[in-house]
Amino acid sequence: MKTILNDIIEKPHEGEIKYTPKDFKPDVDVRWCAGCGAYAVLSPVQRIMPELGIPKEKIVSVSGIGCSGRFPYYMETYGFHSIHGRALAIASGLKISRPDLSVWVATGDGDNMSIGGNHFIHTCRRNVDINIMMFNNEVYSLTKGQYSPTSHKGQITKSSPLGVLDDPFNPTSLALGAGATFVGRGHDKDRKLLQYLLDRAARHKGTSFLEIYTNCRIFNDGAFEEFTSKDTREETTIWLEDGKPLIFGKNKDKGIILDGYTPKVVPINNGSYSVDDLLVHNEKDSTLALILSDMSFNPELPRPMGIFQSLEKSPYDQRVEDQIEYEIKTKGEGNLEELLLGESFWEIK
Amino acid sequence: MSKTVEHLDEVTVRFAGDSGDGMQLIGTQLSDTSGFAGNEVNTFPDYPSEIRAPEGTLYGVSAFQVHFGTKNIKTTGDFIDVLVAMNASSLKVNLQNLREHGIIIVNTGGFDEKNLKLAAYSSNPLENGSLEKYQVFAIDMFDEIKKELDGLNLNPKLVKRTKNIFALGIVYWMFDRPIEPSIAWINKKFKGKEDIVLANVKVLKAGWNFAEKNPVFKKQYQIKRASLEPGKYRNITGNQAVALGLVVASRKANIPLFLGSYPITPASEILHAISGYKKYGVKHLQAEDEIAGITSAIGAAFGGYLAATTTSGPGLSLKTEAIGLAIITELPLVIVNVQRAGPSTGLPTKPEQSDLLQAMYGRHGEAPMPVLAAASASDCFNMTVEAARLALKYMTPVILLTDGYIGQATEPWKIPGMEELPDLTPEFAKDPETFAPYKRDPDTLSRPWAIPGVQGLEHRIGGLEKADVTGHVSHDPMNHQRMVELRKEKIERIVNDIPELELTGDKEGDLLVLSWGSTYGAAKTAYDKLIDEGHKLSFAHLKYIHPFPKNLGEILFSFKRIFIPEMNMGQLKTIVQSTYLVPVIGMNKVQGKPFKAIEIEEKILELLNQKEP
Repeated sequence: MKTILNDIIEKPHEGEIKYTPKDFKPDVDVRWCAGCGAYAVLSPVQRIMPELGIPKEKIVSVSGIGCSGRFPYYMETYGFHSIHGRALAIASGLKISRPDLSVWVATGDGDNMSIGGNHFIHTCRRNVDINIMMFNNEVYSLTKGQYSPTSHKGQITKSSPLGVLDDPFNPTSLALGAGATFVGRGHDKDRKLLQYLLDRAARHKGTSFLEIYTNCRIFNDGAFEEFTSKDTREETTIWLEDGKPLIFGKNKDKGIILDGYTPKVVPINNGSYSVDDLLVHNEKDSTLALILSDMSFNPELPRPMGIFQSLEKSPYDQRVEDQIEYEIKTKGEGNLEELLLGESFWEIK
Repeated sequence: MSKTVEHLDEVTVRFAGDSGDGMQLIGTQLSDTSGFAGNEVNTFPDYPSEIRAPEGTLYGVSAFQVHFGTKNIKTTGDFIDVLVAMNASSLKVNLQNLREHGIIIVNTGGFDEKNLKLAAYSSNPLENGSLEKYQVFAIDMFDEIKKELDGLNLNPKLVKRTKNIFALGIVYWMFDRPIEPSIAWINKKFKGKEDIVLANVKVLKAGWNFAEKNPVFKKQYQIKRASLEPGKYRNITGNQAVALGLVVASRKANIPLFLGSYPITPASEILHAISGYKKYGVKHLQAEDEIAGITSAIGAAFGGYLAATTTSGPGLSLKTEAIGLAIITELPLVIVNVQRAGPSTGLPTKPEQSDLLQAMYGRHGEAPMPVLAAASASDCFNMTVEAARLALKYMTPVILLTDGYIGQATEPWKIPGMEELPDLTPEFAKDPETFAPYKRDPDTLSRPWAIPGVQGLEHRIGGLEKADVTGHVSHDPMNHQRMVELRKEKIERIVNDIPELELTGDKEGDLLVLSWGSTYGAAKTAYDKLIDEGHKLSFAHLKYIHPFPKNLGEILFSFKRIFIPEMNMGQLKTIVQSTYLVPVIGMNKVQGKPFKAIEIEEKILELLNQKEP
């Protein structure tokens, strides 16, 4: 069914699709605090964009409320800075109606896990082809320092002066449980790896979810220090690589084995275990993804970074298109006059 | 024995039985057939809120009322002329509304000991003389059907289920309705199921013949054709009309339709209908909640779709924040609120007009937007197209108020030709040289609709206040003042683009009856009757609540007294009084039921009598 919208959707890009990261930087001041982890997300996004080969006019970034909400203003593409928690629902409506667009959502732990939690799980479940970048700083920053659904138990914040009582969400487990087909985690101190994750997320068909540890210097400085600092991260984190055994440690001397369903750290340099005994990562194994994600809050285990899962499944927006196509193919394009006449009509002469 | 024939101007028939008795089905048949026979028709289904209430109970009674006649059929009928009761409970529940000397057709099979007990009758009303003031036709319908279908070797369950069709046959005879349309319908509906077609057609004819041959039925009634404009007609509910209105508006706008919606009574039928329109290229999302319903629609509007969300009161409350976003981003959006009785869950299946103030003012910040209200089931179509027209032309969300009454009531709708409807094609911004996100059209003050996909127009919109013209984030005090004023003026300018209020009756005088929304039917019926009786008064009906039609003030100032009946505690009254500083006499019914014409008539008479004591 052709409409005037087709003129826009089908219009080819004029000129070569060739960009540099600079093309994605609009002429505005970025107003995040100095040293904010969000800068470390913006820059790799602007770096990978030229490599995706998508015309700028087909890229849309959508955000909710919070420090992450400013993201669209800093991308020289189409953008929509919406209301608290609703970015994913807006992005879903946009992507379902316009599958030709590349839709990016910038959100935060408050925006996405708390007020927008319902939209998050349902977007994952439907597998709408949207890229979600969740800036997790484990605190509400724009409202000046209250605890968030990812704040840890005991955390002292403005709204928990005596310590947080609730347990946090593990965002990657929540995403996996909700059926997200692509789930990964990175952080603001390793841009190269973040760039890799963003590129993979962009190329994934369906909902991609990236939890990105972003340090908030003002309200929760150093929250991820032990996992992100160059001094400690090789010991405290493990990089998930598809098809590779799970090895970590400064000297690559430790690995993960499965004891029943429980992951355990074992040494691989003292003769008791070898690389062959280790768990091998498989991005297509959704059970493994849950086990690996569950390692996250276990102080005995390294915190996984990288891609937990990447499954192929038709995105919801594609299914909507397919259903329309099938209906038209089997029943013919709808005749509006017939629709108006309904099942039974009569004529007055 | 020969039968006599009496002519009637109008009649109200109510079919009542168990949920599983097929009352909705035969009600719809009588309604369609009466339309086919050239009458004006107005119907209302009345079913229990329980999904499958236990058989024979008082709370499980399902009914369908059909009001048809030669002219002025604008309500579902104040009183029942003919009550078809399939069991004791359905008699008990509906008797109170039966006209004196009215006709009762009962199925005696539904009056056994168990039925009587479930209906809390201590003795059988068919035998104890309590129905003396009515004309009662007591028929063992099942027994008659068995005789008719004997020897055909049909499934006994199927045979039992045709009782409703037998009753329909009797009613068709009584009002001299043609049976052919229903036979055609049966053939179409049960195509390929020969035994069902055979049984139903035979039973329909049997019902007719039973009345024709039985000496108890002495009188047949004829209702002359209405003088209707030539054209094709169908019966339509308000909810169906909204669904069709949205599809037609998108076609006339030459852009696709997106509906983001969450199921809620009594608006869900709109979602049901639209979700089946895939072959018309329509997209929809049954969202995870009301908020996602509207925000997904806002996303689609940003993408260049005619976007809509449909809901009822509690859902409108949840959408409120997002409506503000659509207002500040100035994106087109149609919001349909099929009002029900509140607050909270209230009476979820019953109508009310109590969301008017919410629609007008229920948002944080200065957030004006157009508010329209449909007058009847078929008017829901016109007003939906109108809501879409205003949304697209003025780049604004628009609220259309209907309610559970007109949402589910049916009336004949003259099917419009596509060419009769206005062209709604919007213009997408395309020129990077002249584009600025908030550079307004000098006439409408609407901003350009710049959708993703257009090279060179990359820009950002959002809920933060934007600088006039450029659309950059702005906290400048004077800019906010200007933007608030511009958004307000944009909506106010719509006044020049909507019809003036139509006044019926004298241009000035003592009393003006002013109705809005679904009270139209009862108010206009009452008005017409009083005018016929020689009283002096005038009538007007509001479909545009914001902005009000240009001439409303002038009309109000031409009458000594203004009377507004509404299904709330005086919400339009409040707005009219505060806008025009004229006193208004209100009439407020909040019983989960629409006004009866007689209720409004009596109140008006009381007012007219007050004038000259």
